[in-house]
Amino acid sequence: MPASYTLPRARQRRAEALLAYLLLAPSAILLVGFGFWPLVNAGWLSLREWHTVPAGFVGLSNYGQALTAEPAFWKSLQVTVWYVLGTVPATLILGYGLAELLLARIRGLGFYRTLFFLPYVVSPVAAAAVWKWIYNPSFGLANAAAARFGIHSRWLFEDAGVFRLAANSLHLSLPSWAEGPSLALVCIIGVTVWQSLGFAVVILLAGLAAIPVEVTDAARLDGARGWPLIRYVRLPLVSPTLFFLLIVFTIRAFQSFTQIYVLSPDGRGGPNETTRNITLYIVQSFNENAARLGPGYGAAVAMVLFAIILVLTLVQFRVLGRQVHYQ
Amino acid sequence: MTTVLPATARRRSRLRPVLVHALLLGLGVAAAFPFIWMVLTSLKTETEALAFPPVLFPASPQWDNYREAWVAAPFGRYFFNTAFVSLSVTLSVMFTALLAGYAFGTLEFPGKQLLFTLYLATMMIPFEVILIPNFLLVSQLGWYNSYRALIIPWGANVFSVFLLTQFFRSLPRDYLEAAQLDGCGHWMYLWKVAAPLARPALATAGLFAFLGSWNSLLWPLLVTEDDSVRPIEVGLRYFLESEAFRPHLLMAASTLAMLPILLLFLVAQRTFVEGIAAGVKG
Repeated sequence: MPASYTLPRARQRRAEALLAYLLLAPSAILLVGFGFWPLVNAGWLSLREWHTVPAGFVGLSNYGQALTAEPAFWKSLQVTVWYVLGTVPATLILGYGLAELLLARIRGLGFYRTLFFLPYVVSPVAAAAVWKWIYNPSFGLANAAAARFGIHSRWLFEDAGVFRLAANSLHLSLPSWAEGPSLALVCIIGVTVWQSLGFAVVILLAGLAAIPVEVTDAARLDGARGWPLIRYVRLPLVSPTLFFLLIVFTIRAFQSFTQIYVLSPDGRGGPNETTRNITLYIVQSFNENAARLGPGYGAAVAMVLFAIILVLTLVQFRVLGRQVHYQ
Repeated sequence: MTTVLPATARRRSRLRPVLVHALLLGLGVAAAFPFIWMVLTSLKTETEALAFPPVLFPASPQWDNYREAWVAAPFGRYFFNTAFVSLSVTLSVMFTALLAGYAFGTLEFPGKQLLFTLYLATMMIPFEVILIPNFLLVSQLGWYNSYRALIIPWGANVFSVFLLTQFFRSLPRDYLEAAQLDGCGHWMYLWKVAAPLARPALATAGLFAFLGSWNSLLWPLLVTEDDSVRPIEVGLRYFLESEAFRPHLLMAASTLAMLPILLLFLVAQRTFVEGIAAGVKG
């Protein structure tokens, strides 16, 4: 290649790189400014004492305070874990069942998909508002329906654990550690499942539709029907989609805010803090509880949450990722 | 042919579709029921709304509830705020994603892979972690209780960059080479050829940005102080608190708050559903 040819090539390449950086600049500035920099800042904040005014560097004492001196932190973590356990498996199982049902009858698929997807897209505050009204202990539909079974409940106001309530109705008593999530939290879990179901259905429909027809047909010819067909053929083939949903829903459930904030009667995670999850706890630590806890403490709790989510995601990849069947 | 099948199998094959339909219809109505209840309650008189056991249908629909709810709080202002903020965020997200997607999908430059990985890594940062620092940053910048606080931090998102990158990667290189032969540089090619072709990907990115912005609650709750900038979700949240004993007005306001996104969804449903499926594949 003549030398006169390579020079403009190199210059052209430099111009291309320059253009690339220029094009990346707007998004990079925003992502660094409101993503990476705040992350670094949160780490730094978590090492500082800061109640109403910023004060000195205190090392890991905010972390120590959260982990050893604040029962409220552990309680909010427990609420978060109940919430994750209550929403994620139910959404996946129901979503899978619905997607299979929808594929069994192609006619009207679009119509049903719209119905199930609706709760996922429309205003979450409005959706929570109507549920709050349905759960209203004095006027709500929930109690009107429960009255047929001779039940009257306080629903979102009920701080007793559901396992204890169930045991009580059988005239048994449970130790306090076995109470389970409060009925109020279970009500909120129900609303969350209702809201995220559509998302799971839409994604699983795409995943199931990608299974080649020949595969299912061949299995049918071999006599596979009903549950075995699902268990040994369709579920393994759709497992990458289920795995993706598991990761996404788990991360989301750990970070949930709107439903809990709007549905809890006092907006603070009541009754008796049994619906105060970690997000609400963090927000309160630098809002109404700033004088005692403050932004430094809140940042430390947020970093703990970050670590939990990271580790859990890694574990999910390690343990379940291996069993996922990729075509 | 049919005579070969045993009678039970034949009956089952006719019965099953009906059962599946009935089941789906039941579940579908159950999924939509809260919204139906919302609208029914919004049309009741106060007495009907507060009756127990509840009455299902209003004796005569009280359309006036909507007017009453509309003026009970500055909903016009809330809607304007939300529309302005959401549209600004959407435009900004589409613009930044178009540029970054073109750079990652079409251009070659040192550090490309590393930068792309770093972009994707921001998706792993939980919102709670950056919540407090961002709040402090926005306050220091003097943006508290302003549109800037609601728009600028959300002006770019990685999901959209990713979507556009995927699109530009799939665009045949011949287009670019043909354009270059005609003396068209990257810049002109981007605006005259690539951007118009990227419209479907841009629409998906824009739709999700719009939806995310419109439906967000936590951030606007923290950075707004009064009705002048407060979006509808926050406004509705405060309305819920102040009007707890007038459910018919609450439900009218909730219906109003729901309506714009509902209409958008019904119009753009395909883009929504395909966009979600596309986001998963990547």
